Amino acid sequence: MRYLPLTAADRSEMLGVIGAASVDELFADVPASARLSGPIAGLPLHASEMAVERHMGALAGKNVSAGSVPFFLGAGAYRHHIPASVDHLIQRGEFLTAYTPYQPEIAQGTLQVLFEFQSQVARLFGTDIANASMYDGSTACWEAVAMAGRITKRGKAVLCRGLHPHYVSTITTMAKFTGDMIDYRAPKLDAAPDTAGVIAAIDAETSCVVVQYPDILGRIPDLAAIATAAHAHGALLIAVVTEPVALGLLEAPGHLGADIVVGEGQSIGVGLNFGGPYLGLFGCAEKFVRQMPGRLCGQTVDAAGKRGFVLTLSTREQHIRREKATSNICTNSGLCALAFSVHMTLLGGDGLHQLARLNHARARSAADRLSRIPGIRVLNDAYFNEFTVMLPSDAREVVRQLADRQVLGGVSLGRLYPDAPGLANGLLVTATETTTAEDIEALAVALEGVLS
Amino acid sequence: MTRYYSQDHEWIEVDGSSGTVGITDYAQGQLGDITFVDLPAAGTALKKGDAPCVVDSVKAASDVYSPVSGTVTDVNQALEGEPELVNTDPEKSGWLFRLTLSDPAELAGLMDRAAYDHYIAGL
Repeated sequence: MRYLPLTAADRSEMLGVIGAASVDELFADVPASARLSGPIAGLPLHASEMAVERHMGALAGKNVSAGSVPFFLGAGAYRHHIPASVDHLIQRGEFLTAYTPYQPEIAQGTLQVLFEFQSQVARLFGTDIANASMYDGSTACWEAVAMAGRITKRGKAVLCRGLHPHYVSTITTMAKFTGDMIDYRAPKLDAAPDTAGVIAAIDAETSCVVVQYPDILGRIPDLAAIATAAHAHGALLIAVVTEPVALGLLEAPGHLGADIVVGEGQSIGVGLNFGGPYLGLFGCAEKFVRQMPGRLCGQTVDAAGKRGFVLTLSTREQHIRREKATSNICTNSGLCALAFSVHMTLLGGDGLHQLARLNHARARSAADRLSRIPGIRVLNDAYFNEFTVMLPSDAREVVRQLADRQVLGGVSLGRLYPDAPGLANGLLVTATETTTAEDIEALAVALEGVLS
Repeated sequence: MTRYYSQDHEWIEVDGSSGTVGITDYAQGQLGDITFVDLPAAGTALKKGDAPCVVDSVKAASDVYSPVSGTVTDVNQALEGEPELVNTDPEKSGWLFRLTLSDPAELAGLMDRAAYDHYIAGL
């Protein structure tokens, strides 16, 4: 059945009420040059399903996909192995349509998943509590900045230089509307992050310090020192984790003094998916729970004393608190959170630790091999599974030539920082458990070829 | 000491330049079981009509408006552990915050008990 509820008479009546002569008139504000004047050239009005499938398949075939060639991209989105059992479990009928519950207590299974998810995130981050997820890492990061403003009643956020530039961009976009002052500068190409610089930027107006861990260049910031300095000024420390697998080896930010920990959960259970949908992680100290955004599932007992789950503290949320809500998020990334939770459950604590060791070992092999190439230098003095190498020339061009040789060699800093020519020779290289010794050798040989 | 009432269902008991603010019994009855009271920090400067305080109940989160202008001097710490005091004793031990009035003339715009009773009878 086609869902076309409006008749021509309905339409002209509605247009009459608002005083428009035609539907086209409603688009008068869109410049004529940006409007289509007719059918799209070359696009037929009809095509059979088989023809469309063949056409789309040919288009997709032009991509070099992550799984088909040696692959070293990271910078906030990581290729990891997802066990087939994850997809099997999340596609079960009980789960597949799982979305943020609108009549929550009726869906006890959905709530229990969210509760388990929250428990895993809180343990991973070392925070007292975690919410039922946000849209993605960058929006979770902005929400943390806004939350710190509510708690401290201050309006200046200090962003570390090593914060992912896309996260910086999300924050500056949102701050345009809230009036928060954002203190941020692009990174410097040093072996370690600029801890002293971050600490020096904190003052009595600072609501929060936002520190990525590991940072965009793969370096490991000294969270404990920054936490001490932030707290001395009455500011909060927000730690940002774009690669949660790293926490299988690194100390949890919450244990190092971070008040709010946010991150991108894509790495665990969620594929690269062309950049989305992803999964925002959000944890904080319990004393801040009333200012936390997002849905929160709690465990309780029913009238008969049996364990049950509820959505709790909903009065923070938009559907009750309206414009004074802690956030305009009134939902969660249900299916991605489920995938994260299933994968994390399959891994367990020991599994996560082993996975993290494997990632680090592969990254070390890659760094060792690349640093033997004349003209190439590894920048970092510490890293997890991602590090920065300095090339003798513009990394963007090198990445293109590597792609021509069927190697996806990394993310150029020129792509991340188009306005910072001083960073152009930097290349971010990531290795995970999916990276083989052959992949590393293929990258090294291709690089030697491109640079010779 | 004189007690005044607002159309937003706050009461204020004035003693010299100091006022104690709470919500009325009628208001707590409308809100249902109160689960949390978000209180302002001492030293907060308030204008008449500002909302320094939020009362969460099982039904809603409601702002409490300051019936007059002034500076917060004290809040009811007991509510942190026992928010239900606002239900059981709203016009006495369930008070919310105290403030120093900056413009006592504002009191003239508030109601006395009889006027407030008449007001809620018409709601």
